[in-house]
Amino acid sequence: MTSTEDITFNPESLEKVKELMKRYPEGRHKSAIIPILHMAQAEFGGWLSVPTMDYVARLLNIQPIEVYEVASFYSMFNLQPVGKCLIEVCRTSSCWLCGAEDIIDHLEKTLGISVGETTPDGRFTLKAVECLGSCGTAPMMQVGADFHENLTIKKVDELLEKFRVEDKQSRYC
Amino acid sequence: MGKKLLLKNDHIPGINTLEVYRANGGYSVLEKALKTMSPDAIVEEVKKSGLRGRGGAGFPTGLKWSFLARPEGVPRYVVCNADESEPGTFKDRYLMERIPHLLVEGMIASSFALGARTSYIYIRGEYFYIARILEQAIDEAYKAGLLGKNIFGSGFDHDLYVHVGAGAYICGEETALLESLEGKRGNPRIKPPFPAVAGLYGCPTVVNNVETIAAVIPILEMGGEEYAKIGIGKSTGTKLISASGHINKPGVYEIELGLPVEEFIYSQEYCGGIKGGRKLKAVVAGGSSVPVLPADLILKTAGGEPRLMSYESLGEGGFATGTMLGSGGFIVMDEDTSIVKNLYTFARFYHHESCGQCSPCREGTGWMERILHKILDGHGTLKDIDLLWDIQSKIEGKTICPLGEAAAWPVAAAIRHFRSEFEEYVTHPERIRDIKHYYRLNASGVTAG
Amino acid sequence: MPKVTIDDIPIEVPEGTTILQAARMIGGDIVPPAMCYYSKLKTSGGYCRTCIVKVEQGSEKDPRPMPKPVASCRTTVMDGMVVRNITSVENLEARAGVVEFLLLNHPLDCPVCDQAGECDLQDLGYGHGAQETRNDFPRREFEPIDIGDKIKLHMNRCILCYRCVKVADQLTDGRCHGVLNRGEASEISTYIEKAIDNDFSGNVIDVCPVGALTDKTFRFKSRVWYTNPIDAHRDCPTCCGKVRLWNQGEEVLRVTARKDQWGEVQDNEDGSPAWICNTCRFEKKHINDWVIEGPSKISRHSVISANHYENALRNIKADTLKMMGAKPHGVKVELGTGALDPNNNK
Repeated sequence: MTSTEDITFNPESLEKVKELMKRYPEGRHKSAIIPILHMAQAEFGGWLSVPTMDYVARLLNIQPIEVYEVASFYSMFNLQPVGKCLIEVCRTSSCWLCGAEDIIDHLEKTLGISVGETTPDGRFTLKAVECLGSCGTAPMMQVGADFHENLTIKKVDELLEKFRVEDKQSRYC
Repeated sequence: MGKKLLLKNDHIPGINTLEVYRANGGYSVLEKALKTMSPDAIVEEVKKSGLRGRGGAGFPTGLKWSFLARPEGVPRYVVCNADESEPGTFKDRYLMERIPHLLVEGMIASSFALGARTSYIYIRGEYFYIARILEQAIDEAYKAGLLGKNIFGSGFDHDLYVHVGAGAYICGEETALLESLEGKRGNPRIKPPFPAVAGLYGCPTVVNNVETIAAVIPILEMGGEEYAKIGIGKSTGTKLISASGHINKPGVYEIELGLPVEEFIYSQEYCGGIKGGRKLKAVVAGGSSVPVLPADLILKTAGGEPRLMSYESLGEGGFATGTMLGSGGFIVMDEDTSIVKNLYTFARFYHHESCGQCSPCREGTGWMERILHKILDGHGTLKDIDLLWDIQSKIEGKTICPLGEAAAWPVAAAIRHFRSEFEEYVTHPERIRDIKHYYRLNASGVTAG
Repeated sequence: MPKVTIDDIPIEVPEGTTILQAARMIGGDIVPPAMCYYSKLKTSGGYCRTCIVKVEQGSEKDPRPMPKPVASCRTTVMDGMVVRNITSVENLEARAGVVEFLLLNHPLDCPVCDQAGECDLQDLGYGHGAQETRNDFPRREFEPIDIGDKIKLHMNRCILCYRCVKVADQLTDGRCHGVLNRGEASEISTYIEKAIDNDFSGNVIDVCPVGALTDKTFRFKSRVWYTNPIDAHRDCPTCCGKVRLWNQGEEVLRVTARKDQWGEVQDNEDGSPAWICNTCRFEKKHINDWVIEGPSKISRHSVISANHYENALRNIKADTLKMMGAKPHGVKVELGTGALDPNNNK
C-alpha cells in the first residue's frame, strides 16, 4: 500500500479539483466528492485505498468516514485493487435476452478467471454489472469510459487483443 | 410517419456542435423566450402543453413547476435527472449524445422560467463519455454567451454544470439524486418535505428528466396549445421509446403518443417485427419496473380495444390486465423466452440497487432473488411461488421510495400472467431452459459478425 | 390545534406533532412500535417501517385516504386526520411483514445476547412476529468487532436504524463510524479498525434498539433480568451524572442512562436529554462512586418491566386491574413475566 505522503494529485488535477469545488455554493464543496473520487481512482491505480480516501477527506476537509460511506455506496468505486483492464459486462434483461451470458462465459474461458476475479498477472478483472443503458445495442461491455456494443464472440476476441497490446489502465475519466 | 419534435434533426451530421445546432434553428427558441416572455408565461405554456414527466412517473410538468416555493432571498435550483438507469431505457443517452445542445437550451429556458441562477445535470457515472459531450456543449455555450452573465441581453444570468454519479440506480429517485449531488450516499429522503420546498441544499428545487427538459424547447417553439394537440387525450406530445430485446430494429424512436402498440412492434418504421420471424411472447413496455404483459394483452386491452402507446391506454385494466408507459423502456420477448429467467435478472438488479435504508426493500429484494434462483436451480416448490407473491405484496407500498414498488411489480406481474411457467419449473425441473441463451447468439446470426 | 383520531380515540395536539407522538400522548396499546425513531435525535425515523399506520382520512380539508401506509414517526398530523393502527387488520398484517423482514437475517441469538430482556426487537417479535421463519436461505453474517475497548459491535443483530450514526453526528464531534456499503450488504462500521473515541460515544449503546452495540464491560456478566436497576447520580464534570445502575447486590454490573417508557433517554430538568458520559458509564463501577436514589421505575413491556422490588407486585396488581377493563390480553404478559422473575424470591 502506498504511504499517505505519496498520495497527492498532480498539479493539473489539483487545479481541476479546485475548479470542481467552485461549481457548488459556498460551504457545499462536499458535493464534489464523487467527481473527485473518480479522479482519485483514475490517478491512483484504479482503486480507492484507505490512504487515497483519507487524502480526499483532507482535500474536502471532512471526516474520513464520510468518504468511506460514499465510496462504498457507489458501484463504480473499487475498494479493492483491480486488474489494469477492468471489463464490465452488462447482464440485465435486454443484454441477457441477447446473449450476455455467452459473452461472460467466453471471457471467463479466455481469461481463465471467473466473474469477480483478476488474472494472476493483474492485467484483467472481469465483472458482471447491471444495466448500463445499452439495451438497444446488446450485448455490451464497458471498459473504462468506452462502451463496446453489439458484441459477438469474434468482436470480444479482437477487443481483448487490442487491450493486451495497448496495456492501458482502464479509467472512467 | 409520426411527428418528430426532439429528434427531428438527429440525423444531421455535426448537430452535436453549437455551429450546426444553431444553423438549424438551435437557441432561437431560447432567444425568443428570454427576450419576449416572462418566466411565468413560460410556466404557463408548459402547463398548457400537458407535458408529463418523461422519467417514468408521468407527473404533469407544469404542475410540478407551479409547486416550486419562491421564498424571498433563497436560491432555487433546477436539476436535470440524467441518471437514466431503468433497465430497458436508453433514450436520454441517445438524446444527450446526439443533440446535447437541445438539453442545454432546455435547461436554460427552464431555469429562466423557474428563477434558478444555477442548475445541474446529474448524469450517471457510467455515462462518463456523454458527460464529456455535455461539458463540451456547455463550454461552447459559455463561449457564445449563451451561458453566464446577461444571456441574450435579457439580464438573466445562468450557470450550468454537469455532475457525474458513480453507479447507483437509486439516484434516479429525485431525492436520492439530490443527496448524491450534495456529496452523500444516494439514500432517498423521507417526504415531505418535497424538493419543491426543500430540495438541493435545502432550497426549492425542480428535478426533471432529460427528455422532459428537452421537450420544453419544442413546446415554446410551437406554443403549449399546439403541443397539446399532438398525442392523444392526456398523453400529449411525443415520447422517446427505447426498444430492445428480440426485435429486428432495436433503438430509440420518437413516437407520437397514441401510436398503436402493434404498429410500433411490427412496422418497419419502428421495431420491424420479432427477430427471426418468431412469435411475440411478452413485452415489458415501460422499463423493468412496470408489469410485464403477455402478447395478447399488450396488443389489445382486455376489452378487445387496440392497445396504444399512451399513459392511459397502457394503463387500462389496472395491473390486472394493464401496465404503464413508465420511462418508455420497451423490452420485447419472443416465444422462446423464459419469463422466470428474465424476472430473475430484474430481481437481481433490484437486489443490487436497493440502497438498504428501509427494511422491506433491503431484506425483501435479496430474498426474492434467492427464491427465483432456487426455482431456476430446479429446487423450487409450489410454496415458493406463493411465498414470492406474498413477499412482493409486503414490499409494495411499505418503503420510503418507489424502488420497493419497482421491485415488487415485475414479480407480481410475472406470477399473475405466467404462473403456469413457474409451476412447470417447480413440478418439472428438467424442463427449465438453460439459464443461458446460447441459441440466441447463434440463431440470430450475430456470432458470424 | 389540529385534532386527530387514532384508532377511534380523538386527541388535540400542537401543530407539527407527528402521528406517533400523538399516539404516545394517548398511550396504551394504540401506540405504534418504533425501532428507528428516537425523539431526542434529529432526523431519526422513517427507516424501519415498523410504525406504519393507515391514514383513512388525510384531513378535514382533504378527506382522501393516503394511498399507502405511512411511517407514523415522520408524518405530521393534519386537522381532521383519521388514523388506524391496531384497529386495522390490514395495517397489522403490513407490520407483521415488516417484522418478518427485520428478523429475516437476524441470528435469533437471544440466549447469548446481552440485550435480551430489554430488546425492542424481541418485544416486537413477540408482539407481531410469526412462529416460524419462511426463509430457508443462510443468514447474512458478519464477524463481531470491537469498536474500541468498551463497545462491541454485532452487525448480525443490527437492523440499520441509524440511531448510533445520529448520536455520533449530533452528540460528538468527528464521527468515525457510519453506514457502509449498500442494500443488503449495508453495515455499521468504522471501515478501518478504529475506536470510537469521544466522551459521549457510549450513548450509541443506549440508543441501539437491539443487541448490535453492547457494553463490553457488561459482556456476559449477567442477564438483565437478574440485575436490579437503581437510579443514582454523581457530580460529574462532563455530563448530568444521572444514571441507572444495574446491580447484583452491591456490585455494579452496568451503568446506563435512565430511559423512559419509550426506551429513550429521559430528559434533564431543563428539557435536554440526559445523555451520560463514558466515564460515568464505563469507569464508575463501584457503588461508592454513586449517590443512590432508589429503585428505578421501569414501565416498559419487556422482561425487565416486571421489576424486582417489594412494591413491584403491588404496582403490577394495580396495573393489571386497570388493564383488565380495557385490554384483557395484556394481562398475561405482565403476570407471566412477573411470575417468572427469579429475583422475586430474593
